[in-house]
Amino acid sequence: MKQLLILSGKGGTGKTTIASAFIRLSEATAYADCDVDSPNLHLISGWNIEPKRTDYCGLPRATIDPDLCIACDLCREHCRFSAISVGADYRVNTLACEGCGVCEYVCPAGAIAMKPQVDGDLMLYADSDRAFSTARLNAGSGTSGLLVTQVKRQMQEKAGRASLAIIDGSPGIGCPVIASLSGVDLVLVVAEPSISGISDLGRVIATAQTMGVETAICVNKYDTNLEKTRCIEEFCRSRGLPFSGKIPYDAVTMQAINQGISIVDIDCIAGTAVRKVYEETMQLLLGQNDGE
Amino acid sequence: MKIAVLSGKGGTGKTFIATNMAAVAQESTYVDCDVEEPNGHLFLRPKEVQVKSVTVPIPVVNEALCNGCRKCVDFCRFGALAYTGRGLIVLDDICHSCGGCVLLCPENALTERKKTVGEIHEGVSRSIKCITGVLHPGEASGVPVISKLLQGLDQVPTPVLIDCPPGSACTVMESIRDADYCILVAEPSLFGVHNLAMVWELVQLFQKPYGVVLNKCLPGDNPAETFCCEREIKILARIPFSHGLGFMNSQGIVAVWEDRSLHTLFAGLLERVAKEVQREYEAVAYP
Repeated sequence: MKQLLILSGKGGTGKTTIASAFIRLSEATAYADCDVDSPNLHLISGWNIEPKRTDYCGLPRATIDPDLCIACDLCREHCRFSAISVGADYRVNTLACEGCGVCEYVCPAGAIAMKPQVDGDLMLYADSDRAFSTARLNAGSGTSGLLVTQVKRQMQEKAGRASLAIIDGSPGIGCPVIASLSGVDLVLVVAEPSISGISDLGRVIATAQTMGVETAICVNKYDTNLEKTRCIEEFCRSRGLPFSGKIPYDAVTMQAINQGISIVDIDCIAGTAVRKVYEETMQLLLGQNDGE
Repeated sequence: MKIAVLSGKGGTGKTFIATNMAAVAQESTYVDCDVEEPNGHLFLRPKEVQVKSVTVPIPVVNEALCNGCRKCVDFCRFGALAYTGRGLIVLDDICHSCGGCVLLCPENALTERKKTVGEIHEGVSRSIKCITGVLHPGEASGVPVISKLLQGLDQVPTPVLIDCPPGSACTVMESIRDADYCILVAEPSLFGVHNLAMVWELVQLFQKPYGVVLNKCLPGDNPAETFCCEREIKILARIPFSHGLGFMNSQGIVAVWEDRSLHTLFAGLLERVAKEVQREYEAVAYP
């Protein structure tokens, strides 16, 4: 299975818009939304069925039994995450608790136990020939990397024989991005021609490189700042990074999304441009075979 | 007064709102908590920047003392320790710095060293104190950088504008922890509304007072506005979409320094938020 991951560094550059177009164009039978903090791909993926839901539990979190607690304060002193507070009795803030188990270890009274906690929903849309894996992390939870790994695993288990998988990633460069990068064959970075977009592009490429994943770049809304678009093209040339093309700003894009359809489902200039980006990217992804 | 600006979805205009609000105040502090992709400094271009590094404790093995009992390996819930043919190995990138392994090693074979995971840049831009957190690429968690950023914010000029990361997970939670007020920035798309709903859940979970700024408004239906009206969520301001404004942003220009009418709009927004915070304060002090 060849895996294409779509990233951007900066948020709002058009990852999901482009991922949904690629899914339509490739008729992908396996795809996933790894932006577990703000998943959106399901809104335009055209599934009319209810997904199969599974509780997602991160690491078990500490709980203190007030009847056994002797108020020695050792747990609070040793907690590096400031997750234990003292009021009428000792309490764990489950949002701050990272589940390390240090408090349970130091408690001399056996008052602390680690208990499973639901941190989100893992969801699977599937029929006889397609599988779409997605998830939603609960607000405030700190276990997104593990959930991203489960989203990808679920996709692979259900559609392991698919030749291509398209994965929509999350913004930033932290744990969900790092988790989404593992096992991927090519990253397409959707860049925005702005001073912020260029800064973020450099950081996301550096992150992909630390993971040893090949990266291609495309520019979305390229005509909103032609000079910055040239900067990005020049950056790619100087670094020897493949450039997959550019997509113009198109007000129709937002209308398509608000109707829950992909931009290649309607006749628009952005849709035409994204087809070219798709073809370039697929050549890079599939061309990798030649070298092996 | 600490005002956090958050959005769920990326690219809705958090940095635009936070930098411009900081720029209309007589004096202010701008804090960039989007440590994975910090951008506010590209607009404010602070001078006299001082750099401090942010470190986390990571275990180190003294191989002469380690007897291979593997108690630490069994204890570590993050899988950050492994015992191999070459002895005990610490996987830095997975370690959460809880200190458990050091605490329980019966041979005292583990100590801690400091590992740099990011930096804090502090500078001045006109009357704005500009503090930026920068996570090093390849590091998994921005939380240590954000906690360090938010320490010592009691002595800085107010209002303090906290520019949050996108999403609604741990980094956002850390960023809004001490905020007096939260501004949720929403764009008029189906995606924007879906992600607005998620941060709305977060601010309620933390019982923070909040209001919404509708950004990039176009003529016609605005699904984000409908969402707010149906739930009686306060709308603090509406900022129209314009190509000119988009271009200014892409060039890294602070819009209120160039455009009088936007200056008026942002001054009004800041005043409105200040009143909301005052009202909240009074409601707590004199219930």
